[in-house]
Amino acid sequence: MRRLIVIAIPYLWLLALFLIPFVIVVKISLSDVALARPPYFPQWDWSAGWQGIRDFFAELDFENFIFLTSDDLYWKAYLSSAKIALISTFLTLLVGFPIAYGMARAPEHWRPTLMMLVILPFWTSFLIRVYSWMGILSQGGLLNSLLLSIGLISEPLTILNTDTAVYIGIVYTYLPFMILPVYAALEKLDGSLLEAAEDLGCSRLSAFWLVTVPLSRAGVVAGCFLVFIPAIGEFVIPSLLGGSETLMIGKVLYEEFFSNRDWPVASAVAVVLLLILVVPIVLFQRNQQKQAEAEA
Amino acid sequence: MKRLSTFNVVSLTLGFAFLYLPMVILVVYSFNESKLVTVWAGFSTKWYGELMRNQAFLDAALVTLQVAVITSTLATILGTCAAYVLVRIHRFPGRTLFSGMIYAPLVMPDVILGLSLLLLFIGVGVDRGVLTIVLAHTTFAMCYVSVVVSSRLVAFDQSVEEAALDLGATPWETFRLVTLPIIAPAVISGWLLAFTLSLDDLVIASFAAGPSSTTLPMKIFSAVRLGVSPEINALSTIMIGLVTVGVISASLVSKRAAIQRAKEERAAERT
Repeated sequence: MRRLIVIAIPYLWLLALFLIPFVIVVKISLSDVALARPPYFPQWDWSAGWQGIRDFFAELDFENFIFLTSDDLYWKAYLSSAKIALISTFLTLLVGFPIAYGMARAPEHWRPTLMMLVILPFWTSFLIRVYSWMGILSQGGLLNSLLLSIGLISEPLTILNTDTAVYIGIVYTYLPFMILPVYAALEKLDGSLLEAAEDLGCSRLSAFWLVTVPLSRAGVVAGCFLVFIPAIGEFVIPSLLGGSETLMIGKVLYEEFFSNRDWPVASAVAVVLLLILVVPIVLFQRNQQKQAEAEA
Repeated sequence: MKRLSTFNVVSLTLGFAFLYLPMVILVVYSFNESKLVTVWAGFSTKWYGELMRNQAFLDAALVTLQVAVITSTLATILGTCAAYVLVRIHRFPGRTLFSGMIYAPLVMPDVILGLSLLLLFIGVGVDRGVLTIVLAHTTFAMCYVSVVVSSRLVAFDQSVEEAALDLGATPWETFRLVTLPIIAPAVISGWLLAFTLSLDDLVIASFAAGPSSTTLPMKIFSAVRLGVSPEINALSTIMIGLVTVGVISASLVSKRAAIQRAKEERAAERT
């Protein structure tokens, strides 16, 4: 009996507040926009019984999804989100790998402190970390004044409100997600393998390329997914650091819902975004499983 | 251990500078007399004073704290239950769906979670406010808690639970007297994680909140959309300070507990 309660409480909670809401999103994505409260059609007519249910299902269609393919804005937003997420994942790897590598090579008694220094920003507000770049990147901001004063540039650069600022924001905020799995993989790496490679005539660079890189691959892949998956639906970074031209699907969805009040289209945007995300999520899970099996 | 090569020293220095400089700059400029970010006009704490007089921020901070405390407590209870179910109960109808529902919110974009919850709240017809923010936050925070707690549940030696059951303890007593003390550190870090997630969340709260309730992140977001403001810098400094003190003291406490435990274990071995 107690066992049943322990299962039932979290189960029912998630059914009511995760699964059912999602079913509602799918349902509304198949409805039509209407000038009513709530602003979509059809509504479920409880009083009409069976006939009401049949009428209800007869009214549902894929019109909104067809609309998504016909309007440039949406597929461009999906593509540009994917592009921005992909490029920033790559940049995060470029920045994160040397840090993780340095941490794994650091003396053992330093490592807990270095780990904490990587994790600490994760506990501080995401919003504040994004905001901190606004003062640095703006037209009259610190970066521009620095570059102007050392004479590297003669005109202030426009960085804030461009895609570049979005890249910087994503790299900055998601860096811990990249460093931690890569560090975990590099730390386990047996140093004697590198020595063996060098003894057998590898240069240090080719030893790195032939030994370190393949052995840290699982960590790198995990880190890339941990950055890519949340970055694609990001809302805060493009709205604060991006410009009006920065198209990201999270922002489009938000505006579609709150500014245009087109709930059916917003719901359809959400459903498609989720379908797109299923691919990297499944790949990520497979990578984790393979890693767990390799360790066992 | 070999000494760090120059390359590693450089990459660590640059890396940590990148991670920390923006926040250091934020903190430094919160003490700037001038309203402009680039002009240093002398040391001043006037923005902290302005902040303390700003009733809207104080109200929002109160709502946020309220939501975070209730959310993290609820999420810890639900998440611990869920972790227990996932790790200890191997067969019940709908187990796959259950574990799917635990992991999905971890990877789902905030905008989708927020949108779906808002549509639910409108469909059911509840008034949006503190309650709906708590419901929304608890739903995703409990999933994080359950991941943290279940990793601890998997790791410890189950035979002590079996021993307690053999010696006549009921399952509930076993949980309370044996399992819970062992997983307590994970439960506490789950609570802290849920607390920070709730404090931090902007997107889901914006969907779940009604016109009458505003959380601090929502307030900050609408303020910084208009540009940099020293008042927000002051607020950020306070938040960064609290988190730093919290994280460092938590890690010191857990370090001391680990040393204490090691001592006790050694003492137990000797007798």
